[in-house]
Amino acid sequence: MTAAPYDGSTAPSAGAPARRGRTFALTAALSAALLVGCLLSAGLGAYDIPLGDVLSSLQHRVGLGGQALDRVAESVLWNVRLPRVTLALLVGSSLGCAGALMQGVFGNPLAEPGVIGISSGAAVGAVASIALGLTFFGNWTITVCAFVSGLATVLLVYVLSRSGGRTEVVTLILTGIAVNAFAGALIGLFIFFADNAQITQITFWQLGSLSQATWPKVLAVLPCAALGLLVAPFHARKLDLLALGERPARHLGVDVERLRIVLVLVVALLTAAAVAVAGIISFVGLLVPHLLRMANGPGHRFLVPGSALGGALVLVAGDLAARTVADPAELPLGVLTALFGSPFFFWLLRRTRRRQGGWA
Amino acid sequence: MNPFKALLAPRRRELPFPVPAGSTAAEAAGVGVRLGGRPVLDSVDLTVRAGEVLALVGPNGAGKSTLLAALAADLPVDSGEIRVDGRPATRWTAAELALRRAVLPQSAALAFPFPVEDVVRMGRAPWAGTAREDEDDTVVAAAMAATEVTGFATRPFSALSGGERARVALARALAQSAPLLLLDEPTAALDLRHQELVLRICRERAAAGDAVVVVLHDLGLAAAYADRAVVLHGGRVAVDGPPAEVFTGALLGEVYRQPVEVFPHPRTGVPLVVPKRLA
Repeated sequence: MTAAPYDGSTAPSAGAPARRGRTFALTAALSAALLVGCLLSAGLGAYDIPLGDVLSSLQHRVGLGGQALDRVAESVLWNVRLPRVTLALLVGSSLGCAGALMQGVFGNPLAEPGVIGISSGAAVGAVASIALGLTFFGNWTITVCAFVSGLATVLLVYVLSRSGGRTEVVTLILTGIAVNAFAGALIGLFIFFADNAQITQITFWQLGSLSQATWPKVLAVLPCAALGLLVAPFHARKLDLLALGERPARHLGVDVERLRIVLVLVVALLTAAAVAVAGIISFVGLLVPHLLRMANGPGHRFLVPGSALGGALVLVAGDLAARTVADPAELPLGVLTALFGSPFFFWLLRRTRRRQGGWA
Repeated sequence: MNPFKALLAPRRRELPFPVPAGSTAAEAAGVGVRLGGRPVLDSVDLTVRAGEVLALVGPNGAGKSTLLAALAADLPVDSGEIRVDGRPATRWTAAELALRRAVLPQSAALAFPFPVEDVVRMGRAPWAGTAREDEDDTVVAAAMAATEVTGFATRPFSALSGGERARVALARALAQSAPLLLLDEPTAALDLRHQELVLRICRERAAAGDAVVVVLHDLGLAAAYADRAVVLHGGRVAVDGPPAEVFTGALLGEVYRQPVEVFPHPRTGVPLVVPKRLA
């Protein structure tokens, strides 16, 4: 083994200011892109509203001048578009953030709510609540059910896929297959026992679409998503340490058990928030953290909030594409993300396998 | 430290005080550990003193790593007690223990490709929110210089060779600046130069008042650098004392089931341990 020649340019902490600059630039670019995406998405569609009108109406509502639009435009903007954009923001940031957290907790870059079955698990709860006509929490019933079954699934996958403080890729993926299959069977059972109206509702929901967005739906997932998104960044530094492994993280003062419990709860919250309204939208939680890790390194202090931002951007843009590319028809959003996400996942699998020199 | 950071800092922790050389940094009293139903350690008594390099040696499966893990409070003990800095290890919080002992695991792994400098800086995590947080940059730079990893500070950890990784992991443990340093086979992946380097660092840390426990396979290194050697055999302490006194051909031959010759180095007088070979 030979040490790399010391060339002076790699003195300690020389990279730190440059990295901070890059983090800042990336955050600014993501935020700007997200803002533009939201405004475009609010304006474009079957009924076009010019950007100036969108801004003017927004200003009017918050009481900063501007003016209300005519009745149709105002109604389209506030009752159809904006709830949809808000929902895309919430669902996207939840999925992106959940992906980053799960990869950190499992110490495995292939962990993602969709891939390892957490989304399906949450879906079981959601479908059950629709099929059984449950209403005990009113508007929040589907979300609560999705949370409970999602939480049970994360715990199950965690227990099944870890041994000796590590998660092997193969075990994780195989566990995901088993969990997805079981959840699929349960969902099938519920559909079998549901009546026609419920089946229609379940089918729409399952396609992974935001087309049913309304303000009450936004309200139904807001508490879950907001709580999860607020709690997550506070554990970023500990997630960095967890990358060393469980014992070394404990040696550095991390209460690993507690961290794990908190983060598993947060992941369940975020996944439930996303799944309850939008069905299973896979690969966002996989794609976004990966791209950000490539762009700015694996530090979770940027990665966790950055993935929320990136996820929101992907979903807002994805939803805009879903309802405009095949105009007047609308593509299901889940289909679109899977279409782009799956090849990426495949590439990632190949790369991981090559690095490890096989799976065995 | 800015007030916002102070607000987010972990709850009040008891910070360690420097202790005089020779005082007890950690001790095992009648420690027994069973792993998978098999007794691995059996009533082990051991005192680790500040300012001293203690070498744990013994054949494979003698319980060296288990004893080190028990001292690190990684493992629950089935009998007896581990005390760190005067208090039972189980009565410290994870954050307080992290200020008192640093551990170098046998193999260093990393789930994500953090650059080397970030990995070393992780060792400073226990000090976040304390007054000594301000030393972070100096301590990290010193630890990297001492282990000769400064040259690849910006390279990702995953791109390093085994020996380079081992040195980065050591730099992280050093950066933790804990008064008790527990090293599990720190020389296993290293070349001759870096083996010597690592043990010189151990000596420096001991001279600075820290307690260093190091698991070694190389008896020559143990003899040359350790103040005290503990030979483990079948989960018990076979002998405990200065290497020059306890490394005898009879004892080592019995413990390792391999006849050895022990003779003083012609110049320094440090015991050399060589397996008995034909011709």
